[in-house]
Amino acid sequence: MIKYLLTFLALLGIGYMFFPLVMEFSTPTRLNPLAEAYVSSSVNDLNMPNVVTAIVVSYRGLDTLGEVTVLFLATAGVGFLLRKRNHEAIFRRQGSEILRIGASFLAPLIIVFGVYIFTHGHLSPGGGFQGGVVMASGILLMVLACKEFSFSHNLIHFVESLSGVGYVLMALTGLLLIGFDSFLDPRFLPKGEWLSLFSSGAVPIIYSLIGLKVGSELSSVIDSMQTGGEK
Amino acid sequence: MLVLISGVLLIIIGIWAMLTRKNIIRIIIGFSIVDTGVHMIIVAIGYIKNATAPIIDSAVNTSSDISGAVHVNSLIVDPVPSALVLTAIVIGLAVTALLLSFAIRLYKVSGSLNIDDYEELKW
Amino acid sequence: MPNLFALILLAVLSILAAIYAVLTKKTLNAVIASGIISLSASIIYLILAAPDVAMTEATIGAGLTTVVFLYALKHVKGGEDD
Repeated sequence: MIKYLLTFLALLGIGYMFFPLVMEFSTPTRLNPLAEAYVSSSVNDLNMPNVVTAIVVSYRGLDTLGEVTVLFLATAGVGFLLRKRNHEAIFRRQGSEILRIGASFLAPLIIVFGVYIFTHGHLSPGGGFQGGVVMASGILLMVLACKEFSFSHNLIHFVESLSGVGYVLMALTGLLLIGFDSFLDPRFLPKGEWLSLFSSGAVPIIYSLIGLKVGSELSSVIDSMQTGGEK
Repeated sequence: MLVLISGVLLIIIGIWAMLTRKNIIRIIIGFSIVDTGVHMIIVAIGYIKNATAPIIDSAVNTSSDISGAVHVNSLIVDPVPSALVLTAIVIGLAVTALLLSFAIRLYKVSGSLNIDDYEELKW
Repeated sequence: MPNLFALILLAVLSILAAIYAVLTKKTLNAVIASGIISLSASIIYLILAAPDVAMTEATIGAGLTTVVFLYALKHVKGGEDD
């Protein structure tokens, strides 16, 4: 009884903490100055329509580098905790033929769609994180449908390391080519034409590297969770 | 405003789940509900009435002055919360997978997922 | 006002799914309910004009998180229910 009372009091306290946020909130009618500066410099300096991509890759690029590091550490933790041991493997039933053929037809299309999303991240909604996740869901489809499907772990780790190193190298290139105050500045490549694929500096390349890194890391998370420590 | 309130309610429900459930997997589900609630609050704060998405295409009214600089005239929503939530969702998946792998290892080692069976840190 | 109507519907749906996820006895039902919360959240983001966030939430919240939970449930057979 006392436990329920304490739980109720704790929830009431949390609700009270959020009370001023909800009461004093009014939907703003115009952008605040920071967002306005981001919008105008994304359009004028970087020649990029998608302002969210401009913030993620360029203006808040150091945060994104940190987030990718956190993602890598979490993936490494999952792989360490669920590493291969001598437990007996759980029996898996083979999927039906329709399922297998449909999945092997759809999975390459889903992966190509993921590549499309992260190469066009600076023009349309999407980008490295979304594209990487879509690629991982294509690999998940194959893992679910086909019993004998397995991908090369060395290849996945190679792609992951290569894209991580490439991301840092692109950041350092901006530092060396433009000036010593411009780590992660994508403007060392030409701005290009408005709404063309090779535009807005190095942003498509950096976001593609992020997409490959996220996709390979989430694929290895799915593989670790699927085997779960069994052989 | 409505989304803000439902985000707060989701946070409270998630913490309720974390406090009252005994099963570790249910506690992790509560954590993911809290995650979704926080994301909803952040996106709702960035919303502006009758605004379009922060992508400058033909749906947005723009004009350029003599020096070639482009000005955005119509309303677009705040892009900064979108950029924050975008990465937070991906990190949330990785953290959830890490928590679940802790739970699987606990179950493999000691054969129970009930939080009351782990008494090493009780006093 | 169709947008406002859809927002109310989705918010009520997500809160009901969250309460169901807490109260139900079976963990599998709770996992599916948390998938429903993420799916309605992604449509809410689309109505709030944040398409990038909506894409991420739809693939991660409704797709990958649910599957990761289901894999974890497969490995803890016998101890998953309250």
